[in-house]
Amino acid sequence: MSRNALISLIVLLVAAPLLPGIALKTKSVLTGRRGAPVLQVYYDLWKLGWKRSVYSATTTWIFRAGPAVMLVSLVAAALFLPLDGRAAPAAFAGDLVAFAALLALGRFALVLAGLDTGSSFEGMGASREVTFATFAEPALFLCLIALVLATGELSLSGMLGAPLAAAWTRAPASLSLVGISLFVLLLVENSRVPADDPATHLELTMIHEVIVLDHGGPDLAVILYSSALKLALFAALVASVFVPRARLGAAASVVALLAALILVSAAVGVVESAMARLRLTRVPQLLAGAGALACFGIVLLLA
Amino acid sequence: MRLLAICLLPALGAVFAFALSGRRFGAARVSTLVGIAAVHLVLVATLWLHPAPAAFGGWMGQDALGLIVLSLTSVLFFATALYAVGYLRRERPRGGRVFVGGLLGFLAATSLVALSQHLALLWVGLEATTFTVAPLIFHRHDRRSLEAVWKYLLISSVGIALALLGIFFLATAQSGAAGRPLLLPDLLAHARDLHPAWLRAAFLFLLAGFGTKMGLAPLHTWKPDTYGEAPSLVSGLMAGALTSCAFLGVARITQVTMAAGMAPFVQPVLLGFGLLSLAVAAIFIIGQSDVKRLLAYSSVEHMGLLVLGLGLGGIGAYGTVLHVLNNGLAKAWLFLVAGNVVLATGSSAAAANRGLMRTLPVSGALLVLGLFAITGSPPFGLFQSEFTILRAAVGAGHPWIAAAMLVFLAVIFVGMALLILEMALGDPTPPATRARESWWLLAGPVALATAVLMLGVYIPAPLQHALASAATALGGLAP
Amino acid sequence: MHTAPQVALLFIVLMNFAVLGTSRLSTCIRAVAVQGLLLGVLALLLAPRFSLHTGVLALGTIVVKAVTLPWFLAWAIREAAVRREVEPLVGFNASLLLGVLAVALAFAIAARLPLPGMQQELLVPVSLATVITGFIVLTARRKALTQVVGYLVLENGIYLFGLTQTESMPFLLELGVLLDLFVVVFIMGIVVFHINREFDSLDSARLEELTD
Repeated sequence: MSRNALISLIVLLVAAPLLPGIALKTKSVLTGRRGAPVLQVYYDLWKLGWKRSVYSATTTWIFRAGPAVMLVSLVAAALFLPLDGRAAPAAFAGDLVAFAALLALGRFALVLAGLDTGSSFEGMGASREVTFATFAEPALFLCLIALVLATGELSLSGMLGAPLAAAWTRAPASLSLVGISLFVLLLVENSRVPADDPATHLELTMIHEVIVLDHGGPDLAVILYSSALKLALFAALVASVFVPRARLGAAASVVALLAALILVSAAVGVVESAMARLRLTRVPQLLAGAGALACFGIVLLLA
Repeated sequence: MRLLAICLLPALGAVFAFALSGRRFGAARVSTLVGIAAVHLVLVATLWLHPAPAAFGGWMGQDALGLIVLSLTSVLFFATALYAVGYLRRERPRGGRVFVGGLLGFLAATSLVALSQHLALLWVGLEATTFTVAPLIFHRHDRRSLEAVWKYLLISSVGIALALLGIFFLATAQSGAAGRPLLLPDLLAHARDLHPAWLRAAFLFLLAGFGTKMGLAPLHTWKPDTYGEAPSLVSGLMAGALTSCAFLGVARITQVTMAAGMAPFVQPVLLGFGLLSLAVAAIFIIGQSDVKRLLAYSSVEHMGLLVLGLGLGGIGAYGTVLHVLNNGLAKAWLFLVAGNVVLATGSSAAAANRGLMRTLPVSGALLVLGLFAITGSPPFGLFQSEFTILRAAVGAGHPWIAAAMLVFLAVIFVGMALLILEMALGDPTPPATRARESWWLLAGPVALATAVLMLGVYIPAPLQHALASAATALGGLAP
Repeated sequence: MHTAPQVALLFIVLMNFAVLGTSRLSTCIRAVAVQGLLLGVLALLLAPRFSLHTGVLALGTIVVKAVTLPWFLAWAIREAAVRREVEPLVGFNASLLLGVLAVALAFAIAARLPLPGMQQELLVPVSLATVITGFIVLTARRKALTQVVGYLVLENGIYLFGLTQTESMPFLLELGVLLDLFVVVFIMGIVVFHINREFDSLDSARLEELTD
């Protein structure tokens, strides 16, 4: 584990809560409001850390374990991303599958925790979340396969590292399509508009929010942080595809990473301000569209 | 110059007829129709006596096959024009302006197809026939004809689009070879230099596209609806002239591919389509209850025979060309007679028509004779052409194709006879006496019937010569 | 992969997906309009040298395909007071999947049909993909108007292929193609109007009176 990779990882972990704030701020400013402060998530984490958790009598250890498993799986997934543009702390051939599996594990744990409460609202949110995941997973794998074909590497460190910069000169169109597809996946997996509205309070329309409805206190703080970290991971993925940082120096790559993350969050905010949420049945079509884009990118690479 | 006149004169006539709006010009319109049809016939006759040189840099010209199709079109149109005189007196479709204009435009477009030596020009002519015939199909402006014309437009347009893609492929195939692009004589001269993969693709797409216009199975689904809902004389023109022109397109690309030595690829495809059309026609003819739809399926059958003869090669090509003539004349004959029936009783369904031999003796007799003609009985001409194709099948070493053909033809004969004899014989419903049959309405069918009969017994020497050279051009032999 | 024609060709494929996957009629028409615009631009970009002929052709293509026809279709929607939803026979997800298969098939076929001396390798596969997509839209949608849109996509694909033959195809043909397209849609528009009047809907699945 090189020092630069470690520094990049720490930067990501620390800066993660900044990103939802930036997205929200961008959206608010674009819709004519002032909006919450950019550091709001940090304040929320601090506030929630001081509270006590209250557990419902119907829940079991799964409910308590959910947030923890999610956090651990996300941090483990972060270990596979080459955040400094060259090499990730952990890398082996085929670790892209491990990356996707860890993300899925986190989602699985959260969904189980939601189902554990025995409430129908959480159950409804859980089923919706998993339905979206059914379509999002193939799309994610198609994007990753496209990256494998473009760079010829089987490890995320290779796919997003130096070979990617070379691949951009050969196949910019395919990689752009993959990047766009990944951005759509980011919106869906992180429960952003147009898949899910993070600001809605109506329980019938919530998806991600309603799964975590019963968590409180430090558990909620962990979940809040985990959501921010997931957004940061996807943002880092998208940023790595569009901006390969292999040729930059040590400090420059960290700064570039931070700048790219902020840019992607701002883009999320722009999209949120421009679109309305899609009807529930349209989200699989959106994901199918993202999958189609990735497929088209693959066809272009193979041709 | 004559070639241009043959195409331009009907077009001008169409514009003229369309410009004369109003009831009182009805007689003027109809006389324009008959007059132009007569002049067209005369001009085409002169082409037989004094062949015209190629015009417009070789884009238009007469060759044996084109001349045969052109003559067929001209004769059919003249017979239909005579029929239209009687028809327009009885029916008066919305003043007749669009009707006459459409008919004349159709003649112009089909003449263009027959006289084109440039394949793209042929395509333009064929597409123009779609437009000119669409308002004719729709003339009754009711629900059923709307449905028919919608299906026709959609399927025809898709077919024409496919044919255009085929023409583009052909141009691509020609890009390496010498010669002017898409001009038939140059294509034939340099056929061996054409790029084989593109030529095969071009053949498939052109067959699919022109086959749709012909009404080959499985692209025939528009035929029963269209022929059933259009006025009978329009159906007759379509079944006789338009299908022959579309067949001309198929024949042209077959000429090119045969000259390029692709017979092993081309012939099985044509045989397959031919047998499929025969089978589909046989299946759907049993149990038909409407005489015009019956004739539509018969048209599918004969298109299958044409393509079958083309695919068999040898004297099959001669049989095919002869069959183009025979089938065109016989189809128009039958459709015009069916038109008489519809005019008299108001419906083409078998349930509404019985005992036609009593109520409409001449039309009834023509109908029964037409049944025998179209199913290939001697002494009518279709027997000759179908027998030639049969001989070709046996001679080419495909006895089972000949057997299948016989089986299908037998089934079709039974199916058609059931319906037509049911209509012709028996007690008239509703009980009625003999109706007066106008001379105008009978002249056309009688003339066509005579022609078919004559072709079965004696083929004049110039025609024989033209048929032989057309057959040779298609890669076959004359008997 | 940096040149403008390739970007235009990619966008044409993206528009194919848009037509396949959208449920809104106006989006369909807008996608076809954008395709028409791209075709006109491509005609300009792919010409070996700029001449009056190519300029007029490109302008004519844009005017007909990107302006007139979509306007006309939008007029037809208003006139017939059609519900603005695309009613599919084959669902949108399945259509998108078919569209991807069409692209893959087109690339596979194009690999067997080499075009020597062609600078743009993407032109043939993209044109074939557009043709197949047009077919899919034509057969997998219920409304008469969407079938017309499918036919327009089909024609776009054929036009794209024609761009490979800019030297050998005469002016007459290109004009004829555009003109025919125009007239066909015009006639179809009139028929569509009549269909709506007769049947009070543009659901072509209702055209089932004539059957055996």
